[in-house]
Amino acid sequence: MAILNLVQSINLALRQEMERDPRVVLLGEDIGKNGGVFRVTEGLQQKFGEARVIDSPLSESGIVGFSIGMSVYGLVPVAEIQFMGFLYGAMEQILSHASRIRMRSRGRFHCPLVIRTPYGGGIHAPELHSESTEAFFVHAPGIKVVVPSTPYQAKGLLISAIRDPDPVLFLEPSRVYRSIKEEVPEEEYTLPLGEARIVMEGEDVTLVSWGAMLLTTLNAAKQAQEKGVHAEVIDLRTLYPLDTKTVVESVKKTKRAVIVHEAPKTGGLGAEIIARINEEALLHLEAPVERVTGYDTAIPLSQLESYYLPSVNRIIHAIEKVRSF
Amino acid sequence: MPKKTLKSFAVEWLQVLDEQGNCDEMLRPALSDAQLQKLYEWMILIRTFDEKAFNLQRQGRLGTYAPVHGHEATQVGSAFALQPSDWVFASYRDGAVYGVRGLPLAMIFQYWAGDERGMQIPKGENDFPMTIQVGTQIPLAVGAAYAAKLRKEAIAVAVYFGDGATSKGDFHEGLNFAGVHRLPIVFICENNHYAISVPLKYQTGSDTLAQKAIAYGFTGIQVDGNDALGVYRATLEALEKARKGEGPTLIECFTYRMGDHTTADDASRYRSAEEVQIWQKKDPVERFEKYLESKGIWNKSYEEKVRSKAQEEVAQVVREFESLPPPDPEDMIRYTFDTLPPDLAKQMENLKSS
Repeated sequence: MAILNLVQSINLALRQEMERDPRVVLLGEDIGKNGGVFRVTEGLQQKFGEARVIDSPLSESGIVGFSIGMSVYGLVPVAEIQFMGFLYGAMEQILSHASRIRMRSRGRFHCPLVIRTPYGGGIHAPELHSESTEAFFVHAPGIKVVVPSTPYQAKGLLISAIRDPDPVLFLEPSRVYRSIKEEVPEEEYTLPLGEARIVMEGEDVTLVSWGAMLLTTLNAAKQAQEKGVHAEVIDLRTLYPLDTKTVVESVKKTKRAVIVHEAPKTGGLGAEIIARINEEALLHLEAPVERVTGYDTAIPLSQLESYYLPSVNRIIHAIEKVRSF
Repeated sequence: MPKKTLKSFAVEWLQVLDEQGNCDEMLRPALSDAQLQKLYEWMILIRTFDEKAFNLQRQGRLGTYAPVHGHEATQVGSAFALQPSDWVFASYRDGAVYGVRGLPLAMIFQYWAGDERGMQIPKGENDFPMTIQVGTQIPLAVGAAYAAKLRKEAIAVAVYFGDGATSKGDFHEGLNFAGVHRLPIVFICENNHYAISVPLKYQTGSDTLAQKAIAYGFTGIQVDGNDALGVYRATLEALEKARKGEGPTLIECFTYRMGDHTTADDASRYRSAEEVQIWQKKDPVERFEKYLESKGIWNKSYEEKVRSKAQEEVAQVVREFESLPPPDPEDMIRYTFDTLPPDLAKQMENLKSS
């Protein structure tokens, strides 16, 4: 089995899906000859040609709009938006067409589209290259939001996203692109959308996270373990639809929870997760659920980034807080 | 070193029937007498439908409605040139386009009465539902044209939008991509001179909207949008060019919105009766009648017959529309995804028990 990083596993998933299904086309800025600014699509234009791996104009609303039109016509487009901050120009297309065409046409048309985009901080990039605004899209009815945290997860989730008959926003944690490697099977496999996974089992506190924050959360869990605190760590994997069952069952067992995300706190997904815990497990709780998040600010440039992003220390502090309530 | 001209451009104007119904025989499209009468009958039907929609809205039997009045030649003339295998992306004022394409007119009433099933386009009809968000259908149409080209299907895509849409980014992003890939698409701009209350002179500094195509590497043409034969000819040529792989065309149909923006608008607040009068004299139906009369295929009794048939047909459409069962509340959840995720399945249960 090959040991791959996240970039390589996503590339492998794209290549295999393009081989399997001639309807799959890729489009985005710099994805062809240049292989994408993160090299995720490296070699794919050479293999599949310019007509199926399209170097699009610098045109984000266009990229998403063209993809919707292609999908309505019967193709399965996978669009790349270079950074999540550049996706804002395409919000109108996502909200006006992609997410609602099935509803608007009462099932006559649907939109099997994947929008891939790197997201999140920690790569010392310029402004608007480190956004984590997944909650905007989780709030939009009709689109799924998927976030892989490791290379193995990424391949299986991306293949599922491409085969899904509805639009999927696939958020790739840019900090993870080349930071970890793991075994990724060459043969195709899928991982279900809408199901979280328990990465580490424990009885003392539930830690919920996704994307790049999962690795920070796991590091915090390992440190806590050294002090005798056994955390259960959940990787949400899909933010919409949210796997309430896995979270609630864990919280019923541990009676305490900490949610970790790098997005701003107010209106962030942590609030929704807490609401669901309250709806289904309030009386099991021994302490209010804690959130370790970014601040309600724009994510700062690199020099202040480490103050903004949730750290192992902040997570440890939150674990102590819910344990000592 | 002296400056030199690198490129120079021109924008053509096309009119086949003038305001008095005189036909330029050199430009006359090859339509049989029966086809000409069919075109006329559609314009009368749509005008009758439009008047009925207004009345139904005033009686509280229909929600907000965007009238076609003034656009009859633009919409019927262009839609007549389309093949069933072509694709259409259109906007909220394009009832006549959908009608000519074959959408049952009762469904248009149904949609404007607040029932999404009105835009459940019948299978096999390649028409995307009406777009409310101005101009956003343009990139979609361009993407569909790309897909057709990739699949080597010799069809064309027609996308309809208004003068206001030409100010939006999606218009420019769409035309740009279509130009880069020489896609099989026809951009049909229904320039009715108003985006609600904002007149064309505040929408653009360009002398024509057609010339915007030049910047994207293809032809733009301005057509008298109240001349059904001119619009038909321009659209037919552009569609044939598209299907042959010779790239996109922008057709600016120069017309006028005779009615209010919608039934919720009052156009007298922002435009003069004199201006409306000027356009009344350019009426698309009257000049077509004069032309048909000159060909000996129109007289008062034929007109009476066409108008009363249209009245009967629209009355029948109203009966059909008003006898439709109300929508199933579960539909609002059912069509969110192919398979309902657990949250929505639960919300569906809540809806059923509420």
